[in-house]
Amino acid sequence: MNTVVAQLQRQFQDYLVSLYQQGFLDNQFTELRKLQDEGTPDFVAEVVSLFFDDCSKLINSMSRSLERPENVDFKQVDSGVHQLKGSSSSVGARRVKNVCISFKECCDVQNREGCLRCLQQVDYEYKMLKTKLQDLFNLEQQIVQAGGAIPQVNIN
Amino acid sequence: MGMAAAEWKFHVLAVDDSLVDRKLIERLLQKSSCQVTTVDSGYKALEFLGLRQGIESNDPTALSTSPQEVEVNLIITDYCMPGMTGYDLLKKLKESSVFKNIPVVIMSSENVPARISRCLEEGAEEFFLKPVRLADLNKLKPHMMRTKLKNQKLEEIENGTEAVEPEIKGSEDMGIKILPLQSELEPKQVHLQVVKQEEETLSNNKRKSMEEGLSTDRPLPRLEGGIATAV
Repeated sequence: MNTVVAQLQRQFQDYLVSLYQQGFLDNQFTELRKLQDEGTPDFVAEVVSLFFDDCSKLINSMSRSLERPENVDFKQVDSGVHQLKGSSSSVGARRVKNVCISFKECCDVQNREGCLRCLQQVDYEYKMLKTKLQDLFNLEQQIVQAGGAIPQVNIN
Repeated sequence: MGMAAAEWKFHVLAVDDSLVDRKLIERLLQKSSCQVTTVDSGYKALEFLGLRQGIESNDPTALSTSPQEVEVNLIITDYCMPGMTGYDLLKKLKESSVFKNIPVVIMSSENVPARISRCLEEGAEEFFLKPVRLADLNKLKPHMMRTKLKNQKLEEIENGTEAVEPEIKGSEDMGIKILPLQSELEPKQVHLQVVKQEEETLSNNKRKSMEEGLSTDRPLPRLEGGIATAV
């Protein structure tokens, strides 16, 4: 039983480290994990869930604003990008945040094509992250069910 | 015991239009042992404080019919919000004779020096760059300690007790006045000295000095069935 837990913990640690190494997550995600404790075991999962809801909602509305080439509401798009950049930064979603930076630049020069590309990319990135984090949370759950503790992971 | 806990908890009003950020700041503050109320706009913040009418008129006495029931010890607000910005909110609060002494902290995702100095000049205690971290909130602890000590000291003087433990206040009912023993005073004086040193360190930072004098005549805060209330 001990080895099962140890194995799972190792798996969890390696997976989490890889997410940082591949640039999906940054320090802010570490900060989020620090805020979670026995009293609030679902905190990280809840916050990222809100974040993904945000992504979906904002991407939809920006998509509508960019739909007709002759009538693009760049102000609305800019507002959406600003919000998305803010929340991705708050949860440590590094790749999503970086796309937002390029997205903002396209918006500033009213480049509709560029905006559409960024929109597609941000959609891809948030969905990819969602899958990765789901895998991570599943590992966490397995550890808890096997009676183990979630390891503290130090990222340098 | 619940009452004593309420007395010691610092109540923060957090204002942010982003749900993700509200959730985050709420947790950060709870982790820093604060009671938290979150609202999603400057208007709702003023409403919560009881300044509803104050939006139209500049008359600080024109309070809404439901005055502030819960004492707020600090307001932390996002800068960029639709409608009323954090800066607008800050101004409104500083213009109010009732609320101008509540410390206000501004948060922003953008590092704009002109924005930062404008907020500090308008009376904000601190300006935090987002994402805000636990370490940032630790900067607020000296404010909280100083205010708490001041309030506690003033209350004790009013009640005629100099005891450190809040429970001892109950002895008032028995008509017993507890005079401070020399040995009891000394530790407190040391404590106040430590706070003073922290204050001196703080004044070296780029910040406006805080006005003294938070009202101590407030009734005990009423808890609304939970630590944090989201409005």
